Amino acid sequence: MTENVTAKGGQGGGPAWEPKVVAIFCNWCSYTGADLAGISRLKYPAGLRIVRVMCSGRVSPAFVLKAFHEGADGVLVGGCHPGDCHYLEGNYKTLKRKLVFERLLEQFGIEKTRFRLEWISGGEGDKFARVANELIKEIEALGPLGSVAERLRQADGLSLRAEGGAGSA
Amino acid sequence: MPGPKIGVYVCHCGSNIADKVDMDALRDFAGELPDVVVSRDYKYMCSDPGQDLIKADIKEYGLERVVVASCSPRMHEPTFKRACEVGGLNPYLMEMANIREQCSWVTVDRGGATRKAKALVRSAVNKARLLEPLEDKSVPVDPKTLIVGGGIAGIEAALKIAEAGYKVYLVEREPSIGGQMAKLDKTFPTLDCAACILTPKMVSAAQNPNITLLTYAEVEDVSGYVGNFEVTIRKRARGVDEKLCNGCGTCQEKCPIKVPNEFEEGMGLRKAIYTPFPQAVPNKPVIDRENCTYYKTGKCRVCERVCPPQAVRFDQEDEIIKERFGAIIVSTGYQPFDPSVGKQWGFGRYDNVITGLQFERLSNASGPTGGKVLLKDGTEPKAVAILHCVGSRDKNYNEYCSRICCMTSVKFAHLVREKTGAKVYDLYMDMRTFGKQYEEFYNRVVAERDIYFIRGKGAEIMEDPVSGGLLVRVEDTLLGVFREIPVDMVVLNVAMCPRPDAQEVAQKFGIQRSADGFFLEYHLKLEPMKTANEGVFIAGTCQAPKDIPDTVGQGAGAAAEALKVVLLGKVTVTPTTAEIRETLCSGCRMCIPLCPYTAISFNEAKGVAVVNEALCKGCGTCAASCPSGALRVRHFDNRQLLSQIEGVCAE
Repeated sequence: MTENVTAKGGQGGGPAWEPKVVAIFCNWCSYTGADLAGISRLKYPAGLRIVRVMCSGRVSPAFVLKAFHEGADGVLVGGCHPGDCHYLEGNYKTLKRKLVFERLLEQFGIEKTRFRLEWISGGEGDKFARVANELIKEIEALGPLGSVAERLRQADGLSLRAEGGAGSA
Repeated sequence: MPGPKIGVYVCHCGSNIADKVDMDALRDFAGELPDVVVSRDYKYMCSDPGQDLIKADIKEYGLERVVVASCSPRMHEPTFKRACEVGGLNPYLMEMANIREQCSWVTVDRGGATRKAKALVRSAVNKARLLEPLEDKSVPVDPKTLIVGGGIAGIEAALKIAEAGYKVYLVEREPSIGGQMAKLDKTFPTLDCAACILTPKMVSAAQNPNITLLTYAEVEDVSGYVGNFEVTIRKRARGVDEKLCNGCGTCQEKCPIKVPNEFEEGMGLRKAIYTPFPQAVPNKPVIDRENCTYYKTGKCRVCERVCPPQAVRFDQEDEIIKERFGAIIVSTGYQPFDPSVGKQWGFGRYDNVITGLQFERLSNASGPTGGKVLLKDGTEPKAVAILHCVGSRDKNYNEYCSRICCMTSVKFAHLVREKTGAKVYDLYMDMRTFGKQYEEFYNRVVAERDIYFIRGKGAEIMEDPVSGGLLVRVEDTLLGVFREIPVDMVVLNVAMCPRPDAQEVAQKFGIQRSADGFFLEYHLKLEPMKTANEGVFIAGTCQAPKDIPDTVGQGAGAAAEALKVVLLGKVTVTPTTAEIRETLCSGCRMCIPLCPYTAISFNEAKGVAVVNEALCKGCGTCAASCPSGALRVRHFDNRQLLSQIEGVCAE
């Protein structure tokens, strides 16, 4: 499936293919943990990019599919540890939705290991950097999502119009 | 239809960002994005001239959206929101791209960092295009502050707030306030006695009409949010009517039951009805129901008979107090490291291996030996070893430095010399005497006779097969030799650790913990008393190990934070709440049970869900589940987030 992917040479001779991971992080724990990784100057590949939401409970299945649809090779959702949620229990809802996400991905022929849910506290900069590096390595081993992303792009109902949706699974 | 006019401002942050990200390329890239009418780069966007650039452009270009690519929004979001507001733009029309903490600082190569920065800027521009103006709302604040933990940090905070004229509830789990400091003998570097400087503050706290002291009490439940926390406190039954009791102590004299005294670190005995120490505040005893004969067998009641004011109440029940507070200060303190987990120290196996707090009690005039430093058999020691870093600076236990142990050890060395004729061996890894007058104190003690400072970690404590005393093994790293030092007493200066129930307390108050288990501050250097939960502050050793001066400083600082909330009389609540678009709502009610704040109800007449915006905190869990997209979270709606995802993915 690699044929479908155009090699994106980095400026300055980067790798031919750099895994792209969309990380959707809650404001209070994971986003803060990612900031701490930065403050601590821990390193991880530039292909991982973070979108901030207030709570991991905000992550609807449409966001995950949208990321793959737009060409992400992996999706990482980060929330507070169980019991630590700033909104009491949003992360438990995320944990439940993980099953929906995984089933959805299987239906689209996407390996479920391309999706990951992690609890990262505001103090766990090192954990975040470790997870980021680990996940990117795993996705490198899986290779680009390529043709599946293309299929997703052709699939109907995933345009911006699909607000909120996909909760009925 | 053309989109809103967007201005993009790229910050160099000195060299913090500019070293890794090609600023010119990023600025030019931003300028090419749709709807961007101006893009600039500047050395420090957060500086006044940087902010002025934004303000001037809002007027000159008629900007309708602003994107700042700089540090984390956790640092400067308020700065740039304000700049927009002053410039005449609604502050919610500003979006930030985090190209420092999440880009330049974490990326190895310049090419990758520049690519990532472009993606983050595009993502922010995408979101900015879809932003809408919002207005902050404010709600009234309850002017009372709750302080949890009556050690020196909590006492200091309570006094400061009360002296400013505001009401405080000080809740302490033990029968008396005072905390760990009440156990100490002398305090470094001045050697004034802990009780002499602490008890006046304890008494002031008890006498201040603005302070409600709740000892032998615990917080059971916290709900609500900054300005209006609803708190349930359980005041455990003392078995004594506090109003009638005059603290004469007759009950304690006559009580026939003796159990180990927690306050004496297990070395002395107390009665089943007791005050933990003579200067306790309040000076009213409690009945320890686990050990009292009456609660076990239904007989005895000696204390009741001998009490002159007839204050003993065996049938007293726990009291549940429900109160509303504007701010909360958590100052729940630390737990000393338990050295019995490591066999090498022989703690619990050898009688004369004691912890630092046990030494404090021995040396304290109100302690079990009346202030004499004695071995278990009642004789005076001839040689004492003091070990630093027991359970700290040790990856097997706690990696962190416990901060106080070097100074405590130097103080102990001095006290041993002052009270006995014993030689002192002080085994240190590094001597860290960092505070005001600390190095001077160290130099003074170094010059004292018969104190030997040995650089090396006490590795093992054994019984001397010949003398029956103790042997301390240490590698003297300055001489490069192994030594076995015969002593008859060893003082283990153990680490300050998080309380065993720190996780439970953290969850109760909605605060997080750092990797070492202590409570997590909002910013390690700049916001040490704030937490991620607005209106909840931390002070003292529950945040990290610290000495008395630093603890007092944080207590006062937390008081300032709490006063900031209660003095204003109102708090701003975020307008980024959920709303229902009634025409889209199908009335499926899926969202209603998902809301942790019960902010969503159902309008039977209209057949649609209704959001109570006063209760909504804007987490968005409801919106993620709404099958028809009728629930919308302001500032984090589906279109905005999907366009951000698009932005980070595109090349």
